[in-house]
Amino acid sequence: MLAVGLNHYLILSAILFCLGLFSVVTKKNAVTVLMGVELILNAANINFIAFAKYVDNDLDGQMIALFVIVTAAAAAAVALAIVLNIYQRLKSINLDEADSLAG
Amino acid sequence: MNITLFDTIFYLLAFLTLGSAAIMVFSKNVIYSAVGLLFTFFGVAGIYVLLAADFVAVVQVLVYVGGILILLLFGVMLSNKITNIEITTETLHFLPASLVVIGIFVVLYRVFITTDWNPVGSYNFDPTTHEIGTLLMTDYLIPFEIASILLLGALIGAAYIARKD
Repeated sequence: MLAVGLNHYLILSAILFCLGLFSVVTKKNAVTVLMGVELILNAANINFIAFAKYVDNDLDGQMIALFVIVTAAAAAAVALAIVLNIYQRLKSINLDEADSLAG
Repeated sequence: MNITLFDTIFYLLAFLTLGSAAIMVFSKNVIYSAVGLLFTFFGVAGIYVLLAADFVAVVQVLVYVGGILILLLFGVMLSNKITNIEITTETLHFLPASLVVIGIFVVLYRVFITTDWNPVGSYNFDPTTHEIGTLLMTDYLIPFEIASILLLGALIGAAYIARKD
């Protein structure tokens, strides 16, 4: 069990995914929620690359991981812009105070 | 079964990644969270190197550490008063969230352990840059171009949303 194989990488990414999900669900600060999203994307990338090495024996998984990184960069830029806009309007980036659409 | 150097490096990197991710998640101070995320990204880049993905590891360091993390730090600093040292974040729904997350982890663990992934061994550790360049210009040409348009649109949109009107 100590020799590193595919399962070790999968379990590592599962723990990373759970930590990111926990951060997304529980944090009030919008920037910390974004950090949790980045953790989740990193966990998905570890899975892609581990399967590319151990199961697929091809570079397709690494290509998908590259595109995930590109999409994460775009998402982070747009999300930060939205967070700054929320801060300008509400003087706070606590997500539970951004409820003006709630009935 | 004796532990090789490869295994030792894997466990060190996994410890670095998960430890700093835990610091990022459970820290009350947002700046500490950002520093934890920095070491998490470095640890994940090391994991990529172990998985024979050298180019992806370099891209991870360049884009995540050099780009996204700096962006997040600017987000922290622009959305708080500079004189406010204690930039904290509160947590809510701690107990139900822990229960749900632990449940999801148990399900994932069961799936990963019980599924027969039929691994066919690992391929050799060649430099992947040349092959990735070839693939980007042949099989992945359309996603590559779409990604460039996506980045252009996202950056223009972000600059438009964030400006002061």
